[in-house]
Amino acid sequence: MPMPENVDATTEKFLRDKYAIVGVGETDYKRGSTQTTRSMATFAVKAAMADAGLNPSDIDGMLSYQSNDSVFSPFVAGDLGIRLNFYMDVFGGGSSTEALIGIAIGVIEAGMCKTVVIFRSMNGFTSVRIGGTGARAAAPVQGDALHARSYGWQSAGQMFAPSFMRHMYDYGTTAEQVANVRVTHSHHASNNPKALYKKRLTVDDVVNSRMICKPLHLLDCCVETDNANAIIVTRADRARDCRHHPVLIRGVVGRCCKPRVDMHYQTGPISTVAGHYAKDILWPNAGVGPEDVDLTGSYDAFTFTTMLQLEDYGFCKKGEGGHYVSDGTIKLGGKRPNNTSGGHLCEGYTHGIAMVIENVRQLRHDVDDSCPIGPDGKRQHTYDYREGGCRQVKNAEVSANLGWAMPGTGSAMVMRRG
Amino acid sequence: MITAEYLGMPLQVDDELDHENKDYFAYCAKHEFRLQRCCNCNLFRYPPQTACPWCTEAKSDWVAVEGKGTVHSYTEVHHAIQPAFKKHVPYLILLVELDTQSGRPTPTEALRVIGNLTTPDGVLASKDAVASVGIGTRVRMVFSDVAPGLSIPQWTIDESGDSKKSPWRYKPE
Repeated sequence: MPMPENVDATTEKFLRDKYAIVGVGETDYKRGSTQTTRSMATFAVKAAMADAGLNPSDIDGMLSYQSNDSVFSPFVAGDLGIRLNFYMDVFGGGSSTEALIGIAIGVIEAGMCKTVVIFRSMNGFTSVRIGGTGARAAAPVQGDALHARSYGWQSAGQMFAPSFMRHMYDYGTTAEQVANVRVTHSHHASNNPKALYKKRLTVDDVVNSRMICKPLHLLDCCVETDNANAIIVTRADRARDCRHHPVLIRGVVGRCCKPRVDMHYQTGPISTVAGHYAKDILWPNAGVGPEDVDLTGSYDAFTFTTMLQLEDYGFCKKGEGGHYVSDGTIKLGGKRPNNTSGGHLCEGYTHGIAMVIENVRQLRHDVDDSCPIGPDGKRQHTYDYREGGCRQVKNAEVSANLGWAMPGTGSAMVMRRG
Repeated sequence: MITAEYLGMPLQVDDELDHENKDYFAYCAKHEFRLQRCCNCNLFRYPPQTACPWCTEAKSDWVAVEGKGTVHSYTEVHHAIQPAFKKHVPYLILLVELDTQSGRPTPTEALRVIGNLTTPDGVLASKDAVASVGIGTRVRMVFSDVAPGLSIPQWTIDESGDSKKSPWRYKPE
């Protein structure tokens, strides 16, 4: 599709469309994997190589992210017979995927390697609980945590809640409006055979579920999951030899921050998140704007994180996020569907990587729903979004992924169908 | 290392390496709320840190700050994550904007200090008190004594504050 050229970029425009995602893969989403992170990562990387039609000898770079809760790249590479020219395992959770895709482009551009696989493997339910219970809650309170955990302020929900509450205060956003994010994602998940939670929910289900920490009800929160996911990045010219229609990377933003990201909200407005800053890198570098995007993937650790990101990246006016997520726009069949897999809230929690995988499949026009597979081996999408049906977005050409580490830190990426 | 139990939870201040927190909590132990004031640009900063975030000057003085402010945002926890807090739900985590330096050095910046809602004695507040506080509530700083030599700052309702306007609460009961 034609892309506008007359916008200023913060980097040289020739990197647009020069790199592609050629393979994606994941393990089953489980609450109880009965596997190590090393084992799960091996299966996910193997699945991504098979998806791309690449052999271990075609991969020579590896990146992963983790929080002292996962296997390191050299073990996974060795287990699969991959000899690495480059690897790096970085610290971090949400907002890492898009950032690492940017790093992969950078190291390939620098001539350090040719094809990079990125993985995230975690037993977020079985071992290191992502909600912060267990060993993380019992550890001694030291250093910076004296100003947080001493007050029972530890989990992601507790830490982010002041931003969510202030948004309600500043703009009149209601719990019912934001509950529509969960409702929408549950409808999408009902058409995703991989999803952990496939039951379609109502706004009443969400706002009547038990309170965790205001304004977050149980169903405003995502689901702790065991899984591994993998993505393969290479140059667009090499992508043409791979199995699937290439998905091209238009632009990335990695861990863009508000001033003073110390979780203490010293710089307001606290109802504005990192997307406010990231959008000024994302759209000029991608050469498109929000209005050009056919579908979004947003980090839905909570219903509110999706609403805040869509708003601050400019999909609606500041303060109108509550209305935007409840007016039908983000549903399958709506103008700009969001998290068509069901996302972290329903499919499973992956620290952001699965929403990129979903959009890759969407842009291939080959999302893995229950539609019948035709004689050419491709799904015959019906675009009937009723329960158990199709979840392919019709004519999807451009997607945006919005990653979130915390209110003050975010990453983003625009991809297009090659 | 200063180590003490608070609500059954181990708190540790590293008094060999962590000079900023050592000094901050040493004043708290005397029930004094002091923040670092930059020797170059004279701005206060919170939480304690090595350099001034506005001018990078490392030299600062610990200067007494009035522990009064307004609740800027909050969360009310009903499902505790840490075992120490399980028997204290619901409890409030308050983000309080101090009167001192509000709107400086830029209009959206302020000293916003975290704490729980407590009684004037620094004991976690009752359910009724929790249900009365929201954005806009005037609060004053008190201290929870953890052990000799270690106290942590907390917030209690400032009865002398302007109570004419009721605070904003998430779905008031």
